[in-house]
Amino acid sequence: MAASGFFRYSSPASFYPLAGRLVPVFGWIAAILTVAGLYIGFVVAPTDFQQGESYRIIFMHVPAAWMAMFVYLVIAGWSAASLVWNTRLSAMMAQALVPTGAMFAFVSLWSGAFWGRPTWGTYWVWDARLTSTLILLFLYLGLMALRSAIEDQRRADRACAVLALVGSVNVPIIYFSVQWWNTLHQGASVSLTAAPKMAETMLAGMLVMSLAAWAYTIAVALHRVRSIILEREAHARWTQELVR
Amino acid sequence: MIEWLSMGGYAYYVWMSYGMLAIAIVLELFSLAARRRHALDQVAQYDEEAGFEEKAG
Repeated sequence: MAASGFFRYSSPASFYPLAGRLVPVFGWIAAILTVAGLYIGFVVAPTDFQQGESYRIIFMHVPAAWMAMFVYLVIAGWSAASLVWNTRLSAMMAQALVPTGAMFAFVSLWSGAFWGRPTWGTYWVWDARLTSTLILLFLYLGLMALRSAIEDQRRADRACAVLALVGSVNVPIIYFSVQWWNTLHQGASVSLTAAPKMAETMLAGMLVMSLAAWAYTIAVALHRVRSIILEREAHARWTQELVR
Repeated sequence: MIEWLSMGGYAYYVWMSYGMLAIAIVLELFSLAARRRHALDQVAQYDEEAGFEEKAG
């Protein structure tokens, strides 16, 4: 019973109104958490004794970098589902997440550059983590380019799914790059197995901002998937009835 | 306030980072709204075409 209830929403026509109800919920969660996270990050968290105020970039840099990686893995997951079960909605979800993942990858590189300049003395080095994150951005852009290059949506779904799955090899490379190669970027600040290396308020600010990024991504992806459903089902009776 | 904005001399780096995040989010939200308008137009266009066919038939 529960399974049939769940699979009912794998049809675009029934998912469309559900997504519509969820967008404002996650949008408000994102807005509230962002305000709270910025308050913790800029008001509550103390000045870093080594880096001064420049470290406050961490409250957006780390969540953006995490999201860029997580979103890619979620895209790979939806892509695998769409290849295995040939479900249209899975491919649409993967498609809906790509621009947001690209945005986070770009923002993490950008903020990393503006954090690297005062701390390392340079905007950019060909460090393993920076380079693999740049590759992540190119993978996102590649997914968008491939999608727009193929007219037939179902063929584009399959091609993008394959590219997403092949490219997912890059995510563990980004994550472990700071351990595998001893280059400039610092190691993980937060780990499940070790005590955090930073003040509790700093950690709290980063985690709240990360949750905000999650909620934002869910809201934006659901909003975008609704447009994708409309685009692809423009000829269907149920979308026609929507605009009447 | 001015002191807070100056970020202990790191204002340029901190606000360039947060500023780009804000710009990226605003651009994404605008593009979402535009895409939805466009998608609804597409659906409406199909609807009109179907309407003409019905009248013609």
